[in-house]
Amino acid sequence: MPLITMRRTAAISGVLAVALTVAACGSDSSGGDDAAQQGADSRGPITYVQGKDNSNLLGPMAERWNAAHPDEKVTIKEQSDQADQQHDDLVQHFQAKDAGYDVVSVDVVWTAEFAAKGWLTPLKDKFALPTDGFLEPTVKAATYNNTLYAAPTSSDGAMLYYRSDLVKTPPKTIDEMWSMCDIAKKNGMDCFAGQFAKYEGGTCNATEWMNAYGAKVVDAQGKPTVDSPEAAAGLKALADHYKSGDIPKQAITYQEEQSRASFQDGKLLFLRNWPYVYNLASTDASSKVKGKFAVAPLPGVSGPGTSTLGGHMAAISAYSDHKATALDFLKFLTSPEEQKTNMEKGSLAPVIESIYTDADLVKKYPYLPTLQESIGNAVSRPVTPFYPAVTQAIQDNFFSAIQGQKTPEQAVKDMQAAMQAAGG
Amino acid sequence: MSAVTESTPTSTQGTGPKPAKRKGLNHGQGRLGLLLVAPTLAFLAVIIIYPLLKAVQLSFQKDSGLDPATGLFVEGGNAGFSNYTHWLLQQCGDTACPPGTLGAQFYDAFWVTIFFTVVSVVIEVILGMWFAMIMNRTFKGRGLVRAAILVPWAIPTAVTAKLWYFIFAYDGIANRLIGIVGIDPQLWTSDPWAAKFAIVIADVWKTTPFMALLILAGLQLIPGDVYEAAQIDGASKWQTFRQITLPLVKTPLMVAVLFRTLDVLRIYDLPAILTGGAGGTTSLSMLVIKQIRNGFHSASALSTIVFLLIAVVAFLFIRFGGADVVQRPPSSKKPKKRRRDKDENTDKAVSNAVTGQYFGAN
Repeated sequence: MPLITMRRTAAISGVLAVALTVAACGSDSSGGDDAAQQGADSRGPITYVQGKDNSNLLGPMAERWNAAHPDEKVTIKEQSDQADQQHDDLVQHFQAKDAGYDVVSVDVVWTAEFAAKGWLTPLKDKFALPTDGFLEPTVKAATYNNTLYAAPTSSDGAMLYYRSDLVKTPPKTIDEMWSMCDIAKKNGMDCFAGQFAKYEGGTCNATEWMNAYGAKVVDAQGKPTVDSPEAAAGLKALADHYKSGDIPKQAITYQEEQSRASFQDGKLLFLRNWPYVYNLASTDASSKVKGKFAVAPLPGVSGPGTSTLGGHMAAISAYSDHKATALDFLKFLTSPEEQKTNMEKGSLAPVIESIYTDADLVKKYPYLPTLQESIGNAVSRPVTPFYPAVTQAIQDNFFSAIQGQKTPEQAVKDMQAAMQAAGG
Repeated sequence: MSAVTESTPTSTQGTGPKPAKRKGLNHGQGRLGLLLVAPTLAFLAVIIIYPLLKAVQLSFQKDSGLDPATGLFVEGGNAGFSNYTHWLLQQCGDTACPPGTLGAQFYDAFWVTIFFTVVSVVIEVILGMWFAMIMNRTFKGRGLVRAAILVPWAIPTAVTAKLWYFIFAYDGIANRLIGIVGIDPQLWTSDPWAAKFAIVIADVWKTTPFMALLILAGLQLIPGDVYEAAQIDGASKWQTFRQITLPLVKTPLMVAVLFRTLDVLRIYDLPAILTGGAGGTTSLSMLVIKQIRNGFHSASALSTIVFLLIAVVAFLFIRFGGADVVQRPPSSKKPKKRRRDKDENTDKAVSNAVTGQYFGAN
């Protein structure tokens, strides 16, 4: 008889797992402005929710805040280290209108979605947050519908890592970079790679290339405008050089770590990657490129290119009971002192411009000026409440285009259509 | 589940004084039986029936849409069958779903899931049968072999997937090995065909032991004397296998095939971790999970479709494939009675009743 149990289980459990998840999401999502405007003066203990803290930054940060605010202590809640899980955790708590999530850390690409659901407190009127001295792209990414919804807390921009022992001056333009591929060939190396696998990193890379050729994925109103000759040109450049072998065949399996491994093993001349690679490639015991590499801004068509903006922001939940404290906490997180500590202890790129020129820091982190240029020119990924569908549209069509399964023109056309279908 | 089988005789009793051939429960016993299984039934209703019905109900509501004036989401309201036509007829709004939407991936996901199911189950049956025959022999170190064969099955799928992810990396062992025989390195996690076979290989590696174990259980029920008789009659090895082993092991084999088929139709973790869906390896379950982030009403519709698909396959297997999952093992019934025919008929009746009840409920 237990056989039947197993059959039932087998038949149902997969669907059941989904059904349970789905059922758990069953509450309505209209939070509305009422909740958001309440509690402008209320103070008290708060909770700060953030993804896993790998560099031990959160504990000391909370101690500093608590020492200064004994009556409004902050409690830290750490989530997992997976972005998808963090996202789903936040969604579930917002749907439950949980007052226990006062301040939440939000990935740049989630802001619009959460704001449109009415889950975030708009940072205006009583909640206005000064953003003078912040890097402009980070503020832009936190803005939805002309309203600021979150305080940028850390930023990220891509840079071009190059082998300074083989290339004396880094390429300023994309064509210059391709012309240097002979050097790679001579040394038996691959020329250029980014992260071209089919995942979020693929979206970052694809939008970078389209932006570099002058395309705009969405316009100021968030309407898709990706079906343009410029966007097609960006994808075409990638597809052509993938075909010719300047971009190695295996690059379409690369995520951040695989591409870093290739560069560190000395198999790659140019690498597009985030700042975290710098320290690892200079200190990792297995790194074969110690002291043999440097960073430059990403190349563009006729000058520096445009990076995709990464990073996190902190937002106040619409359901928080202690919003006045929460706002002070946002100001605390974005203060120059905290930003500097995060850079020193956790290599988190600051959002405040002046820190990038801090003499002590630049001495320790020679890539800071390059990073500042990268982030200063960075373009945010589309700020849209339908981001999951938009990134899917970009990834799928970019992935087909780079492999030559469809023409770049067709790919941007399909991207546009898929984005429109998502927003309808 | 005891709840279901017990309730069958109970219900026939309730309808009237039909001679209850099976076990002669009297009226009071039947009521007691019902009472005893009631907690189980209530429990099942809460953890299975309710979420199932709720998911179906959700699938008839529209996903929340954006109000262009305020930039805020509003509830979508009643959707009718539009969430279902979205998937089955590929309708995104008024147009066909463009490539790059999840809707457009439905039939790709459907066929690739069927592909995984057919290919891996066929390979697993052949290998599983072979493993089981080896394990069924008496030889020195048999315990060790049995334990060793089980190891892949004991490893969590997520770990297996990560393991094969490293093996199939571009600089990984798989490409090194095929390099020795002069084959160019493959993009195992991205190329449309290589990626499909990477998943089949990993799946076969992981679940063949399960298949082998179920088949072994069946083999051990075959009495040794039939083999001796065959030997005396001068049957060849192939004849023995075709005429004795295969027919006698058929029932447990079909059950194993059914389990595995249903398993692979729901495959999620292996492709999700190994390829992330690249190279056209997005399975139906992966599509459901991706859709949940875009709107769970539409995801409910998709999961209901997957559920119906699995239910139909299970039904076909039980009805026509001879996967007689409720039949008692032959060893327990043979010594008791010699009236084989009758016994089998009864079993079939029970099995049909259960099948009907189970699928009728859905």
